Amino acid sequence: MALKTTRQAINEALAMEMRRDKRVVVIGEDVSGGAGTDGSRDAYGGVLGVTRGLLGEFGDSRVIDTPITESAIMGAAAGAAATGLRPVAELMFCDFLGVCFDQLLNQAAKFRYMFGGKVKTPLVVRTMIGAGRGAAAQHSQSLYQMFTAVPGLKVVVPSNAYDAKGLLIEAIRDDDPVIFCEHKLVYDLKSEVPDEAYRIPFGEANIVRDGEDVTIVALSRMVHFSAEAADVLAKEGIDCEIIDPRTTSPLDADTIAESVERTGRLVIVDESTPRCGVAGDIAAIIGERCFRDLKAPIRRVTAPHTPVPFSPVLEKLYIPDALRIAEAVRQTVAYAR
Amino acid sequence: MQMSHERLKKAYRDMVTIRLFEERVQVEFTKGAIPGFVHLYAGQEASAVGVCLDLRPEDNIASTHRGHGHCIAKGCDINGMMAELFGRSTGLCGGKGGSMHIADMNVGMLGANGIVGGGPPLVVGAALTAKTLGTDNVAVCFTGDGGSNQGTTFEAMNMAVVLKVPAIFIFENNGYGEATGHSYAAGNTDIAGRAGGFGLPAVTVDGDNFFAVHAAASEAIARARAGGGPSVIEVSTVRFFGHHSGDAQLYRGKDEVARLREERDCLKVFRKSVTEAALLSADELNAIDAEVAQAVEDAVEAARAAPLPVAGDLLTDVYGTY
Repeated sequence: MALKTTRQAINEALAMEMRRDKRVVVIGEDVSGGAGTDGSRDAYGGVLGVTRGLLGEFGDSRVIDTPITESAIMGAAAGAAATGLRPVAELMFCDFLGVCFDQLLNQAAKFRYMFGGKVKTPLVVRTMIGAGRGAAAQHSQSLYQMFTAVPGLKVVVPSNAYDAKGLLIEAIRDDDPVIFCEHKLVYDLKSEVPDEAYRIPFGEANIVRDGEDVTIVALSRMVHFSAEAADVLAKEGIDCEIIDPRTTSPLDADTIAESVERTGRLVIVDESTPRCGVAGDIAAIIGERCFRDLKAPIRRVTAPHTPVPFSPVLEKLYIPDALRIAEAVRQTVAYAR
Repeated sequence: MQMSHERLKKAYRDMVTIRLFEERVQVEFTKGAIPGFVHLYAGQEASAVGVCLDLRPEDNIASTHRGHGHCIAKGCDINGMMAELFGRSTGLCGGKGGSMHIADMNVGMLGANGIVGGGPPLVVGAALTAKTLGTDNVAVCFTGDGGSNQGTTFEAMNMAVVLKVPAIFIFENNGYGEATGHSYAAGNTDIAGRAGGFGLPAVTVDGDNFFAVHAAASEAIARARAGGGPSVIEVSTVRFFGHHSGDAQLYRGKDEVARLREERDCLKVFRKSVTEAALLSADELNAIDAEVAQAVEDAVEAARAAPLPVAGDLLTDVYGTY
């Protein structure tokens, strides 16, 4: 197996699915770039180059550059999905949800239910999440909790290249709207990725590391910081189990609960803001299911309840890191009733 | 007015069906038999029917909160529609959608829509499907003077032009966005003129005249099927009821509705023109009236007798798999 970046894995999944099924189209702002310019087409391939090269193979009828018009992109993708295409639409930064949420919240997510189960909407929305690149308050959020709260949407939050490919192929073949959240700082991370197509089912968490003392649930980039923290803690004699849910909707609560039943301790690491978020949601679910098993209060390690700051000094404080995670785990393990 | 006898009868039947359906819904709603909100389409029949007459089942339309007329014109079954309004499990959406969400993909009805301006982007997508798969289907979006001010509508028109997709935007200008006059709500009240600025053919037609609407729609549909891209049609029309059923309409001029019903009733205009031109006889038209009245009565009876959803229905149809 070859080592590939998450960027390559996503590009490969898109290309393979487009070869397999002519109904799969990619649509969004600058997915190729260069339309209406004197320069070359497909030199850009998305703001971080994830869709580069697709135009050359599939042409502009299936790799569709749009104006900067997020409502029209999301709505057109939803309408196309309901009428026979399988669009992969790009919402460049998840923050841009602010200008197009209706088309996802009230249209795509609702079609199946409000039309009595008669409409399928096989739509994938790829969108970038995450702080850490100095992109400040409107280009750095991790808004998966807002999508997760909407019945009718499925939400994928991959942490590595292998998962990204298998989950994206699954998303494209799924008949429901799927929001696929790609962390900017996961794009360059490499893992072993098979060349062939494979699917990772939604709602199946990955147990990244086995452990007996404490369960850490972490999402997206936070999985890597949690692994760093677990390495440090292992030297202190604290044995961490790390669970990556991979999808927040559906959520594999069973795997988390089974782990907490063994460890009796839970720390949840989520780069998103703390109020009404995925960390709080998981804490509530496990609090209800595993109350008797818990030896310590569930702890959440999240961003603060603030916008994402610009200055790198502040941004570093904003993002949960291995030190904070390790400290939360130590406190959880040290907790005495 | 070169239209076959059968098509003329179909056009009249569809318009009368809308009128009688809506008048009956008003009665049933007032009695309390229909829950929620209903927004009645009476007065605008020539628009829905004039536009939809040349459409095929594979062509998709998107509609508005005032959508019953579009559903009927596109071929939705009125029994399924009435049952839906009554919240019954035999409704077109199993009672889960209601008036504002009636849809039937089998006849190309992509949904009424509770969000003003919700439909235009969806129609760009339906048109994109047609273009990408190489069919000659078209997609039509009905919206109103209210929807003409929504940003989604502007975005959709621009993108339809950029992608050159077979989309047609119909603006039914009935003069009111809810309880506010169009003359207040739009900086430029010429909807077609403003839409033309996006770079697509845009015309205004008299919505009291079925034949004028049909002629404009035929041209736009033919252009879209032939790969000529999107169009806009503004239909000048009137609303015989309030924004919603039960609206006291104190914001409307005294006797305004009575005057409109007298002077601007598209059904009366149609009857007059076809009988004067000896295309259809009064007897033929009356027979259609009677037939439709019975069909609406039957739909109400069936809806009343139909089963309600069961508790288990609450949790189904959210996802295909989960």
